[in-house]
Amino acid sequence: MTALKVLVVEDSPTMRQLIVFALKRIRNFQIVEANDGVDGLKKLNSEKFDLILTDINMPIMDGLKLVSMVRNDPNYKTVPIIIITTEGAAEDRDRALALGANAYITKPIQTTQILDTVRGLLNF
Amino acid sequence: MSQSEDRGGPNRADDFLQLFKKGAEFTQDLLKENERLRFRIVKLEDALKEHEQVGGAPPSGDAARLLRKIEELEQEKEEILGRIRRVEEENQDFAHRYVEIEEENNMLANLYIASYQLHSTLDFKEVTQIILEIVINLIGAEEFGLLLLDEKTNRLEPVACEGLELSQLPSVNVGVGIIGTSVKTGENYFIESMEGYERDFLKPMVCIPLKIKEHVIGVIAIYKLLTQKEKFTSVDYELFSLLAGHAATAVFSSRLYSESERKLSTIQGFIDLLTK
Repeated sequence: MTALKVLVVEDSPTMRQLIVFALKRIRNFQIVEANDGVDGLKKLNSEKFDLILTDINMPIMDGLKLVSMVRNDPNYKTVPIIIITTEGAAEDRDRALALGANAYITKPIQTTQILDTVRGLLNF
Repeated sequence: MSQSEDRGGPNRADDFLQLFKKGAEFTQDLLKENERLRFRIVKLEDALKEHEQVGGAPPSGDAARLLRKIEELEQEKEEILGRIRRVEEENQDFAHRYVEIEEENNMLANLYIASYQLHSTLDFKEVTQIILEIVINLIGAEEFGLLLLDEKTNRLEPVACEGLELSQLPSVNVGVGIIGTSVKTGENYFIESMEGYERDFLKPMVCIPLKIKEHVIGVIAIYKLLTQKEKFTSVDYELFSLLAGHAATAVFSSRLYSESERKLSTIQGFIDLLTK
């Protein structure tokens, strides 16, 4: 079975490790990490991913800009995008979903919620 | 760690799933057996009716034996139904335990990452940054500060914060106010009710003293939680305990390391001067 590629875009190394560690529970995932939106875009251009998880508040390029750019790329029109953020306001959620994110998870991080969302989007 | 995770958590989950499967298979068998017995009862009842219609006489011989058999089968059916109920209850119990263990597993994984990150560096700034990240991402605090004890003055001085300006945070004498008392006693402080709390830098909603054994080296004072975080959970209290210990040792060792580095470079400078 081919491994699914997942891109985790998050500026906080601790948070990134928490997400990666959680995702490793779902076998057959190849996880690639990016520090910010620009780094994420570079990696998206160099290889094909099956799922993207991104934070919103990041230096250089934020998560919403990244979502917008990803959705404008014909290669990534349908790839599932999950936002994981501290921004809990309804308008932030609506904005992210309007830009093309598939799911919006708020911090503090809850592993079960992340895993359920990933499984749901990838039909596991 | 990921390997041990693969061996530990998922295997446990697999064991539970196996148990559920066995329980489901057992239930299926029992249901089939129940169906078979019901069918036999119906057949026997029909045979008895036929016999009564033909003979009309009170049951005797074969008929009496058949009636006894029916009674036995009825009892057996009741037992089987009872066992099915017990198996279903056990299944539910296993399902609840599975969820609990899964949550515990997640919490331990998060605690592991947090402590691993805290001890991954000896750079003081990095350590304080990691503490901030843990408090934001795992506890869900929006406004908080880290104050460390200056042992010369016996005062707590703010060294890092999130959602606030460092200059907003007060210096606090040990034993004075909520923060100072928490440091003096070494006990966590939690506000009784978060409802209606208004930020007061001397009265945080949560105070977590950073301790190495009984020696307090500083405190984390939380003033506001993220909007979506309404209350603390049991996981949070575990995290607070972790922070109290691991953050304290990480801060302490990084400070010691910085001091020794500074002293080393001073001594090296002297040696260079003397040997030139």
